[in-house]
Order: sequence, then C-alpha cells, then structure tokens
Amino acid sequence: MTWLETLRTAYEALNTRRLRSLLTVLGILIGIAAVILTVGLGQGASQKVTDQINKLGSNLLIVSPGSVTSASGVRGGRGSATTLTVDDAVVLSDPAVAPDIASVAPTSQSSVTAIAGNANWTTTAVGTTADWLTVRARTVTAGRFLTAADVASGAPVVVIGQTTATQLLGPVSPVGQTISISGQSLTVIGVLNVEGSTTGGDQDDLAIMPQTTYSARISTTANPRSVSTIYVQARDQGSLSAAYQETVAALLATHGVQPAAADFTVSSQQALVDTVTTTTRILTVLLASVAAISLLVGGIGVMNIMLVSVTERVREIGLRKALGATPSVILRQFLVEASLLGLVGGIAGLAIGLIGAAVLPGMLGQPVTISPIAATAALVVSLGIGIGAGVYPASRAAKLPPIEALRSE
Amino acid sequence: MTAALEAMVVEPAGESALLQLRGVTKTYLMGEITVQAVRGVDLDVQEGDYLAIIGPSGSGKSTLMHIIGCLDIPTTGTYTLAGIDVAGMGELQLAQVRNRRIGFVFQAFNLLPGMSALRNVELPLMYAGVSRADRRARAVRALERVGLGDRIDHKPNELSGGQQQRVSVARALVTEPDLILADEPTGNLDSASTEEILGLFRELHDSGRTIVLITHEHDVADQASRVVAMRDGQAEVVR
Repeated sequence: MTWLETLRTAYEALNTRRLRSLLTVLGILIGIAAVILTVGLGQGASQKVTDQINKLGSNLLIVSPGSVTSASGVRGGRGSATTLTVDDAVVLSDPAVAPDIASVAPTSQSSVTAIAGNANWTTTAVGTTADWLTVRARTVTAGRFLTAADVASGAPVVVIGQTTATQLLGPVSPVGQTISISGQSLTVIGVLNVEGSTTGGDQDDLAIMPQTTYSARISTTANPRSVSTIYVQARDQGSLSAAYQETVAALLATHGVQPAAADFTVSSQQALVDTVTTTTRILTVLLASVAAISLLVGGIGVMNIMLVSVTERVREIGLRKALGATPSVILRQFLVEASLLGLVGGIAGLAIGLIGAAVLPGMLGQPVTISPIAATAALVVSLGIGIGAGVYPASRAAKLPPIEALRSE
Repeated sequence: MTAALEAMVVEPAGESALLQLRGVTKTYLMGEITVQAVRGVDLDVQEGDYLAIIGPSGSGKSTLMHIIGCLDIPTTGTYTLAGIDVAGMGELQLAQVRNRRIGFVFQAFNLLPGMSALRNVELPLMYAGVSRADRRARAVRALERVGLGDRIDHKPNELSGGQQQRVSVARALVTEPDLILADEPTGNLDSASTEEILGLFRELHDSGRTIVLITHEHDVADQASRVVAMRDGQAEVVR
C-alpha cells in the first residue's frame, strides 16, 4: 500500500469522526499558537528595546553621577549625586588623557515650561555642547545646531525638536522665532530631525541650548557647573573598551577617589542592551514554557483520542486484517492519522499565530516578531507530537489479532 | 479412540482438494482452563464445492471457520489451501493468503461507514497493491455482478441490509479468490433479503465458485450441495 493510499485512508477515518478530530486538532492548535505568539512577543519586545537603545547613538558610553548618602544614612539611587561637572567633560575630551574618545557631550536636563505667543508647552530643556549632535546621532532639518562659539559665549539660542516646534509655533517656520523658557528669551536657531520615542522619552520634544546658557539661566541646582549625564563616544566599535577604561581612569584621577569609592557609573549601550535582552529572554522562556505545557496537553489529547479510536475501531481493524492488511499497514495507518491531527493542528496554530502577529501589535502596542525558524519549528514539533502520541495506540492496533477484533460486538 | 477418529474422517484425501484439513485441533487457554474448541477435524473441500458447516453455538464451527479463513492457525494438525501449507505460517504470510485466496462475508456485513460501496469493495485490492484505475474497474465489475451497479457511490447507511450484504459479497468476489467463506451471512437479514443472498450464492456456485458457508439454520444449510455438522468440536458429514 502506498503512502498516498495510507494518507487517503487516514483522512477518511478522521473525516468520519469530524467533530472529534476537530476538537483534538484544537488542542494542538492552541498550544502551537500560544508558543508562537509568546515567543514572538518576547522577541518583538526585545527587538524594540534594543532598537531604542541603539537610537541613542553608536559606540556610546554613558557616565552618570554616583549615588549620594544622606546624613541619616539613606542612600539615594544612581544619579542622585551631583558629582559630575562640566570640568569632567573637559578632561575627557583631552586627547592626551583619553585618545580613544572621539567626542564628549556633557548634558544637564530638566523639565521646563516654554512659551511662544499664546502657546505654552512643557518640554525638556537640555544644556549641552556642540558634540551632542554627533554623539546622539541626530541631525538638524532646518537652521543649524549649537556651535562651540555659542557654548563659549553662553548665547541665548535654542534648537528645538519637531514636537516642541509644532506645539509652540504651529505652522510658522521656527527658525528665527523667539521663545521663552523659564522666563528667558531664546532665539530658535534650528530644528532637530524626527526620531520618535525611546526609553529616554519623546526624542522630538526637546529644547537644546548651550550648556553655559543652561547653567546660567535655567538650572535650578545648587552647583550650576554640575551635569546629569556625560555622553562619551568612542572612535569606533573596537576602541569602545579602551574608551571605557580611559573614562573610568580619568574620572577617578580627577575626583581623587579609589575605584571602590567611585562616585560615578559608566555604562555602555551594549551593557544596557544585554540587561534588557536578558530580562526579556527570561520572561519569554517563562511564558513559552507555560505555552509549551498547553502543547503537551494537546499532545496527550491526541494520544487519548487515538487510544479511544483504537478501542472503538477494533472491528474495523479486524476487518482490515481479514481483508489482507498486515500489522505494519495498520501501524502506518494509525500513525499517519495521529500525525495528520498533529500537523493540521500545527498549520492551523501557525496561521492563528501569524494572524495574531498581524493584529496584536495594533491592539497591545507591542511588536510581535515571528521568525521563519520559529514557524518551521512549530510545524516540526506539531508533527513530532502527532507521531509521538500515535506510536503507542498504533502499535496496539497493529497487534490486535484479527479474530479478537472481528468477534467484538 | 481409533473408531472415533475414523468417524471424523469426512472424506478420503483427494489430491486435487482445494482445502485439506487433517487432524486439526484448536485449544484455547481461558484463564486456568484449557478449552478444546476443535478436536481433530479432517475435511476436504474440492474446487467448485458448495459446503455448509452447520452447528449450534459452542460447537466449534466458528473456530473452524477462523482456521479455514486463515484468521487463526490450528494448535495441531495440518491445513493446506490450494496446495499451500497454512498451519505453520506467520502473521504476515497469513495476511497475504487471506488477501489473495479468501473472500469473506460476515454476519454483520462489516462495511466501513463513511466510505462508498465502491471504496469498500476496493479495500482488498488496495491491500493487494492493485493500481487505482484497475482497482476501480474491478470493483465496479464486482458490484455489477451482485446487481448494485447503480449504487456504487452510496454509503452503507444509505443501503438496505440485503444491499449491504451484497456489497460485502462483491468485496469478497473482487479479488477472484479461491474460496468464498461466509460466516452466518443471513444472520442479520429478513427472509426476503436472505432469499436474495442465498440466490446470489447459488449463482456463484453455478458459475464454478468454491463456497464454504457457516450457519446454524437448517434451511440455509439446505441450499448447499454438501453439509457437514459440527458437534462438540468434531465434524460429521450430513450429506
């Protein structure tokens, strides 16, 4: 008997018990769809966060102030201290001290109210240097960015994001307009490219001004020279590690502290990406295991239904044997029936998964990534489950002696 | 014992006998008790014979039918079918012998539901590895032979009892077997359908087919040209 005949026979048998076959398939379907979607969601989330971190710029090191311990012994979180200053940035940008560092952008930021005409808008004021643009991998779409001269002179100028421009100035071309931030009049000299949101918030709602202008006019901190973050860009991917060492060494020397008492933290983009992917991977594995259990239950459902089927179809098996079916032919028929249940469940589950991958992002705001490998694996696994669940019932069917089978009423 | 054995010799051994059973016994182990269902049967069936095996339930006629049908092998004794020694065969070879040489007709029809009459009749040919086109042509011919040429696409539940049994006769005929073995073929039929099926068997006999029919009804057995009665696991010739 050819495989095609076996397939047809198996199909006929399943089609005779349509509702039952359908319900059995449902078990596999749900399992496969659940695995595909949870893994897809996990991969999507991980990809999204990675993209966002990469948007910060490339070959980036982020220096944050250390924590501060109050008199009562309460330790603040990372960045609560104000130990970083513009002077640190000056030291880091010295090629003699740190040859692997390409550019340095000290950054301070705070939430401020900007006013233009009748419009007012809460935005983020950022005080930084001309290097910010390259370090953060941004461009200006109109006008120009800050220059070293602007920073040196503390010029009353500002470069704003697209969102800020739209909210404050509407359709008016922003370059040359004057806006008021915390009561200070600043001239808009440029508009940033559109970037979208990242982990750092809306990257299009910013008001970038010279660090000097910021500390003199906007900053509310006690030490106007302190900065909240120093972005350090290494020359290239290969020098990132060297740049990291140089940054740490230079800051320790400048601050005059031992490594154990370091009052700052240097983290790399890669470290951030690693942290995030590790977290999402753990979550994904957790969710996928739950889904895998449902797949296992589906597999047991297939085995159960095949066993019931063998018991119920003792007469049919006996008849087939009387008519000349060998044990191996019977074995094959039941195995193919079980694998067919598994495979159909797998294909349907994959289809549901793909539909879910198309529909869910719109509903949850979370991307779902389904890789071809995951899809293929789903089909292979569902087929494997079908075959695995079919082995025992099929061998029982094959072993039935024809007279026993024919005798049963 | 010798006298008893002689009484059991139903017919002298003929060289041309299609079926030849010699000293066939069958013992079952039911828990602790051994049950001897067949106690030494000698039986010859010639080609073209129409033999009825009659006997009440428990007489061993079903066990004998299983052995004749190669569904089971004798505990002792020999059985040759068309010159082939069947007694020592394995499951695989038995399946082949059943497929090629025997056509079964069962009391409960044993048609597969959900499959058309045609597909049911094709079944033995499928296991014999006959090509699809050939299979269909032969199945159609067999169904026409039993007068169901206009019902080939009907499913068993769309056919009357008599029609269903005719489908199973067609299934028994389709492989052109050496022997048609019918186990209580009229047991589930009303009298009109019984007459219909017995008429069909008569026709088949007239056209030279070898038929062995197992029954417990005397009027059914009367149709056959020879009758053997089973009693307590032993066979004796009635006529």
